[in-house]
Amino acid sequence: MAKHATPMLDQLESGPWPSFVSDIKQEAANRAANPKGLDYQIPVDCPDDLLGVLELSYNDGETHWKHGGIVGVFGYGGGVIGRYCDQPEQFPGVAHFHTVRLNQPAGKYYTTDFLRQLCDIWDLRGSGLTNMHGATGDIVLLGTTTPQLEEIFWEVTHDLNNDLGGSGSNLRTPAACLGESRCQYACYDTQACSYNLTMEYQDELHRPAFPYKFKFKFDGCPNGCVAAMARSDFSVVGTWKDSIKIDQEAVAAYVAGEFKPNAGAHSGKDWGAFDIEAEVINRCPSAAMKWEGGKLAIDRSECVRCMHCINTMPRALRIGDERGASILCGAKAPILDGAQMSSLVVPFVEAKDDFDEIKEVVENIWDWWMEEGKNRERLGETMRRLSLQKLLEVVGQEPTARNVQEPRHNPYIFFKEEEVPGGWDRDINEYRKRHQR
Amino acid sequence: MEEAKNIIVEFIESKSKSKSKFYFNDFLPLFPDMKPREVKKILSALVKEEVMEYWSSGSTTMYGLKGAGKQAAAEHEE
Repeated sequence: MAKHATPMLDQLESGPWPSFVSDIKQEAANRAANPKGLDYQIPVDCPDDLLGVLELSYNDGETHWKHGGIVGVFGYGGGVIGRYCDQPEQFPGVAHFHTVRLNQPAGKYYTTDFLRQLCDIWDLRGSGLTNMHGATGDIVLLGTTTPQLEEIFWEVTHDLNNDLGGSGSNLRTPAACLGESRCQYACYDTQACSYNLTMEYQDELHRPAFPYKFKFKFDGCPNGCVAAMARSDFSVVGTWKDSIKIDQEAVAAYVAGEFKPNAGAHSGKDWGAFDIEAEVINRCPSAAMKWEGGKLAIDRSECVRCMHCINTMPRALRIGDERGASILCGAKAPILDGAQMSSLVVPFVEAKDDFDEIKEVVENIWDWWMEEGKNRERLGETMRRLSLQKLLEVVGQEPTARNVQEPRHNPYIFFKEEEVPGGWDRDINEYRKRHQR
Repeated sequence: MEEAKNIIVEFIESKSKSKSKFYFNDFLPLFPDMKPREVKKILSALVKEEVMEYWSSGSTTMYGLKGAGKQAAAEHEE
């Protein structure tokens, strides 16, 4: 028998998808039965109370959580988010229900042993409920009390050799796609880059000094499996300088129907025979492709690396050999201002070895944003307020015509006096000799 | 370093009637010749010495003197 009646939540279970309500009920039953005989360190019935407070919120149409606090582990300014229920008498199990964020491994590769140990810690010292993974990529442990925080921190760092993730006005836990470990499209080692920068910027991850949050994300190619361009202040996206490599025989085999397009990914429905004109050539966003006389040609100078043709015919088309990454800045979700996508700042870096080129750009941007950014202002908003031109100056990048998104409508690249021969001064009398009033 | 710490503590105490929590940026004007990351080191040292503490909403972090404000009492935290 459930502790609280939850008719509205129960209805959520009736849909065709796996339900978080069922998951929480399962954990509630498991904690009540306690098959491992654990000496639970926080209230046994916290999953029941969690369902109860959620049902109450659905009835009231407003939240019963209070957000934020001084909870945290000693010396760390992030990683733990305080949560308190504003109906503690009714739901004592979740009166204090803090979230702990842990840094996930690059590419989210785990051993089962690690996951078991993690769950053992969380069964004993937390609610047993996790979110694998949060939107930023962290391992999210949902619900514990203040006295457990230091214990959890000690066990996670000493037994699992794992650190807390980012929260607050910090560098957030960097996220990377699987990259070269699994993917033929990866243009650089995203996991190495993510790990390297995570270790380099430990202080920024744990001791807050930014105007607001700051996110790194590393995509191995423009397919963007971690959606760096849409979600991170600083996106590093794999790209290549030379041409897409074409295997004409394999192209012919796709056209002849020997290979399934998209590696058979759209096989749930009969789309008819593969039509290279309709499905590839006409889909090229910059019209850079031609299919003539049984030969495929791509105009490299027009190719925008959208990946569509490569995704459609992976056996025939391969990324180029001169690989590296582009750096884009300023994406964000619509918390203060509207949502924003990243803008291209550095077109190409090699993204190798110690990733020093990337670090130099990061540090120049931080120095500028820490000085100029207003409280609770994301990098994208600072860029919009002070111009992309200013940002390019800060990272030492020459503006190019491609930085102008909408010519004649939004000319935000301005000449400076020293860039114009003769400056702003002119002899008005000389000018009047040539131009009537 | 010690002098810088005193400047910060005095600044917070001078505002204690109206505010108990401060943004990182609030401290930068106290040290116009320092880079923000040097200021951060001073603040980190003060947190380590338990003079100050962090307050975080989850998205934004603020700094305050340890125990200042009503947070601890209001949440029955010690």
